[in-house]
Amino acid sequence: MPDRSTVVRQFRTALMASAGLTYLLTGPAGAQGKEPIKIGIISEESAITGAGISKGAQLAVDAINAAGGVDGRKFEIVQYDDHSSAADAVRAFQRAVSQDKVVAVIGVYISEIALALEPWAARSHTPFITTGAASNEISKHVHDDYDKNKYTFHEYLASGFIADSVCDAIKENLLPQYSIKTAVVFSEDAAWSTPLDTEYMACLPKIGVKVLDHLRFSADTGDFTPLYNKIEAQKPDVIVTGISHVGVQPTVQWAQQQVPIPMIGYSGQATSGTFWNDTNGAAAGVVTYSLAAEGAELTPKTRPFVFDYIKRFAGAPVVTAFTTHDALNVLADAIRRAGSTDADKLVTALEKTDYMGTVGRVQFYGRDSEFTHAMKYGRDYVPGIMLQWQNGKQVMLWPKAGSQIKSSFPPFTHLQRK
Amino acid sequence: MLELQILIDGFAISALYALGAVGFTLMFGVSGVLNLAHGATMVVAAVTAWVVAGQYAVNPWMAAVAGTGAGVVTAFATYFLIVRPIQRSRSVPAAEKEIFVLTGTLLWGIMIQEAVAYFYTDNPKTVRPLLAGVMQIGGVRTPINELLIAVICWSVIGLLWLLVNRSKAGKVLLAASINPRALTLLGFELSRVYLMVWLIYGVLAGVAGVLLATFLGASSAQASQLTASAFSIVVLGGLGSVSGSLLAAYIVGYLETMTAYLISPTYRTIPALVLLVLVIYVRPRGLLGRR
Repeated sequence: MPDRSTVVRQFRTALMASAGLTYLLTGPAGAQGKEPIKIGIISEESAITGAGISKGAQLAVDAINAAGGVDGRKFEIVQYDDHSSAADAVRAFQRAVSQDKVVAVIGVYISEIALALEPWAARSHTPFITTGAASNEISKHVHDDYDKNKYTFHEYLASGFIADSVCDAIKENLLPQYSIKTAVVFSEDAAWSTPLDTEYMACLPKIGVKVLDHLRFSADTGDFTPLYNKIEAQKPDVIVTGISHVGVQPTVQWAQQQVPIPMIGYSGQATSGTFWNDTNGAAAGVVTYSLAAEGAELTPKTRPFVFDYIKRFAGAPVVTAFTTHDALNVLADAIRRAGSTDADKLVTALEKTDYMGTVGRVQFYGRDSEFTHAMKYGRDYVPGIMLQWQNGKQVMLWPKAGSQIKSSFPPFTHLQRK
Repeated sequence: MLELQILIDGFAISALYALGAVGFTLMFGVSGVLNLAHGATMVVAAVTAWVVAGQYAVNPWMAAVAGTGAGVVTAFATYFLIVRPIQRSRSVPAAEKEIFVLTGTLLWGIMIQEAVAYFYTDNPKTVRPLLAGVMQIGGVRTPINELLIAVICWSVIGLLWLLVNRSKAGKVLLAASINPRALTLLGFELSRVYLMVWLIYGVLAGVAGVLLATFLGASSAQASQLTASAFSIVVLGGLGSVSGSLLAAYIVGYLETMTAYLISPTYRTIPALVLLVLVIYVRPRGLLGRR
């Protein structure tokens, strides 16, 4: 039996060893001892676009933390599922602010929900960056009542810019190759698509495309045959889309019924890398605008992000994964520059953002613009891309298509080549 | 031209509605169970067919068989995990068992719906058409798959009619729906009859789910809507009446199609629901209901 002094010695050694082990495991006290910076992420996990938000955020936070965090503080995600319900999202926002003490809230891809959270960001003085909603109204509210709504930032292109971009892409990529003189605008009835359609109606005639009809349909439409029938009767050259809540069903029915008119425009679900499988290849020939995609090399950061994302999640990222990934980095950059997580200082720092992200150079419009705090659109900032589904892949057509890339439409469509 | 289009489209959709509702009404007629996990069962069949077709690259017919199998498995799971324990429970008073089964299957349906959404998202899934291509019928371009769906639905309903009216097993089913007590006195095991009806129900809901996925697409978010649609058709036709359900399916299908074409797809379901309310006022037992 060991004597008392041996036991004490062994105990001391064990104590020192465990202290050493704790130090090794947790790292230097300076970096690890500080409280983490909590960020609230709100999205709907069971939607492809929503899941992209949380995955993009996770990837960004892991990279930020691996590089030592922000001013020695780690980022910590607090995640909430809003089930695509504004009421759930508001509850999540309230909990994030009052209970979980987050510094900022990021996410949301439905405009109605982003618009419901905007007043809560104002009331609670919590920076809120939406990374998937598109309505022009989001930034218009900031412009109209800046002092109140300055906490909201719009890190996704506003609908009006998306429409302009679609028109630019048609003009520069498709009009030189095809005879496109007429179109029918075909959009789901939602907050985001109202300004989109207004801009479509304005910009399409400017590029020489006459709008024959403007169809808005309920987002819970299941059978699109009557709508396609109505469109076909007017014999337009193209259908210009504004869809996001729906996507798989109209595309599959378009292909199955062999509607002879190509679909081009914005199809939110078609921006997802899984769309080909979701539609069993019916996506062939669908042209959609997006902010980024697997094959696009928009900035030096696009490809590495896609590579890391596929490695981690075994599937190509959807557009909201790119924007959310960038938003986390934009926030980290703002906290560094502000030297604080104080909401007002953060807002000032976010307004001065100049960050090269995966979708382009991120800057926000100032108070003088009617799009206050919306992400700047344009060749020097975030230009967006026009892509087409070809043989299971998203192929970039615009603004910089590779020399080998040619647009191609299914044989059942009748688009006249020039 | 438009009339013909409405005629063709309405026929295919109504056939699909009829198939979905027949299993639902048969189940009620024979075992007195209103299965509110009906839509979820159809969605499981649809999503399984999609997963099998996509991940194992099998042809659409094999995927359809797998989807139907999943419908049967889900139906049996509903019976063994939810319905039978409630029916056999001594702590649930006999008078309240129906409402317990109703609530149990409703919650079970939500659980299935959430699980499907969690694993496969709530985006609609579509299965490649069993027969691709289109054909012209009187100048109306119609997907061959749409016609095939109507043919399959009516073949399955025809087989069910043969089974019920021409086979011994079917006569037992019929007897169970009329007087279950007498059937037990004649020495038949009611539990076996129930197993058979759940099997038939699973096949019907499974086939309906798969066909829906090849036609309009199906998503977990639609589960409750599918249940509601089958429920309204069955109530309109008369609870437990198979022929009533077939008639109601065609009335609802054509009302919806006509509304979608002649007014707007946005208002598609409204006239059928108004009709349902009127029938409940004027003829609460439904069009061909016995009680």
